Amino acid sequence: MRGIFTVFRKEFIENLRDRRILLSALVFGPVLGPLMLAALLQLSVSRGEATFDKPMTLPVVGAEHAPILMAMLESKGITAEPRNLGEEQIREAIAAREITLALRIPADFGERWARSEPAAVEIFADSSDQFGGDASADRVAQAIRAYGRQVSQTRLMLRGVDPISTMPLVIHDIDVSTPASRATFALGMLSYLAIFAMLFGGMYLAIDATAGERERGSLEALLTAPMPRPHLIYGKIAATMAYMLISMVLTLTACAVALNYVRLEEFGMSLSMGPLTTLKLFAVSAPLAVLGAGLLTVVASFTRSFREAQSYLTFAISAPTLPLVFIGILRIEPSPLVMATPSLSQHFLMMKVLRGEALAMPDLLYSAGASLLIGGILCWIAGRLYEREAILG
Amino acid sequence: MITVNALSKRFGKVEAVRSVSFAAPDGRITGLLGPNGAGKSTTLRMLATLLRPDSGDALVDGQSATTAPIEVRRRIGVLSHSSGLYPQLTARENILYFAELHGIDRQQARARVAELAALLEIGEFLDRKTKGFSQGQRLKTALARALVHSPRNLILDEPTNGLDVMAVRNLRALLSRLREQGHCVLFSSHVMQEVALLCDEVVVIAQGRVAASGTVEALRSQAGEATLEDAFVKLIGTAEGLN
Repeated sequence: MRGIFTVFRKEFIENLRDRRILLSALVFGPVLGPLMLAALLQLSVSRGEATFDKPMTLPVVGAEHAPILMAMLESKGITAEPRNLGEEQIREAIAAREITLALRIPADFGERWARSEPAAVEIFADSSDQFGGDASADRVAQAIRAYGRQVSQTRLMLRGVDPISTMPLVIHDIDVSTPASRATFALGMLSYLAIFAMLFGGMYLAIDATAGERERGSLEALLTAPMPRPHLIYGKIAATMAYMLISMVLTLTACAVALNYVRLEEFGMSLSMGPLTTLKLFAVSAPLAVLGAGLLTVVASFTRSFREAQSYLTFAISAPTLPLVFIGILRIEPSPLVMATPSLSQHFLMMKVLRGEALAMPDLLYSAGASLLIGGILCWIAGRLYEREAILG
Repeated sequence: MITVNALSKRFGKVEAVRSVSFAAPDGRITGLLGPNGAGKSTTLRMLATLLRPDSGDALVDGQSATTAPIEVRRRIGVLSHSSGLYPQLTARENILYFAELHGIDRQQARARVAELAALLEIGEFLDRKTKGFSQGQRLKTALARALVHSPRNLILDEPTNGLDVMAVRNLRALLSRLREQGHCVLFSSHVMQEVALLCDEVVVIAQGRVAASGTVEALRSQAGEATLEDAFVKLIGTAEGLN
């Protein structure tokens, strides 16, 4: 045991002095992670706001043909901005991003309106526009459609028909999400970030302690130390694990701080990531570090050089994070099997913590138990690997 | 005292070491001489418990390398071929790490490092990170690391590789001093002059077998040749791979 601690302490201190390792463990996750999270959330918040009744201006060609329609749009916060452009010019202006959309009202609009014939209006927008032109076009279309419905009902009543009879079906959309659950939907990426940052934080140490040690030529000397060889590698795994846990703590803490600066409440989302929540997030995900450190060490032990290890480990760290990317697409639901799947189970537990739901004891046991068991097996395999002669390379 | 009994090792189809036997007594410097690829490093690695022999055994102060490897490791200091150091640690930390791995307590280890620093003349770079050390500085640090637990037996694999003349002279002086203190020193080399200058006993290895062994004088008369070089060439059968 003392030997394991000796190796652990040396690896811990030595790697603390390595800028590359320090950057990956203490800077990448904790700094870039929350920044990405905050930026993405802020973006979705502000895009969400665009569909609300925020005042907007709308370039209109031929506004003089439909003054009542213009007044109606004005009442919905859409201010007409009269333009004098031909169709080609409108297309060019949108392509050049001078305007994001335009409304064109033909000269015969008023005439057709008066005759109760369908009066056409044209909305020009670029549906491939990622900057909200399309969303604004939807808003304008909705406003015009609503006005159209209102007018048609009035016309029916004037002709003595009950407008209700023209509506055989009505759909009510009922959003049952709570502010907290809407927030966690957007925060699905927090667990992904935290797990990725954790694995990444231990990656370089895992490489340095195995392939790096061999490449430097210090492995032979180390293997002549009078202690069982597996103890040497257990010490190294422990150091990798420590870096992973530190990286995770820092990332979660930094996310908690960063979230204070995102105006989630304005978007109808509430999210509390106080010290207790942060601690819980850490506790439910910590067992994954045992598995991660074991996995990376085993993979790195097979490689011949630092560079080779680097390319393999980049794959290895994406393995546990990949399922998280597909969770939404595959619609994976928590089940005992999922709760026994490392990384997936941690994701679901973290989501539960963020939603403020109670954690079920069986879920916790499945999640921690499976990660610790598989992690333990991987550590044992790493120990066996160091008893092989081939480890000398 | 190191005793090697009929040690054999093969890697796949290659028979690297075939039934090698010799003894390296205390208070003597024993040289393992042979061309590159003769099986010197493999033999030393088996002695250092890094490789397991396919058959035969090596005894270090009576402890078996196959059945009691940890006991053997306590009794040997190994300077391996590569002798890599940890670049982010200072020379002192490198040495102290191994002292700790050997279970030496802190205070004792510090005293031992001071002792070795004086012996190996490494005081001036003892507290510098080993990143960027010269070959000579690296070797001295690695040597101090190998000696930190005061092993009775010292095993060195091609220790003079890449050293300049002064460093080689210093190493020679050091090994002589260890011999005087009663240590068993075993080292491998493919440099004839070096072996002739330093060794009390020579074991000539070629193609995985012991071709001859004895003192330099004995080898010379055994081969019936006037010069050392001719004697070695005759014993090995070829001059290939020798310097």
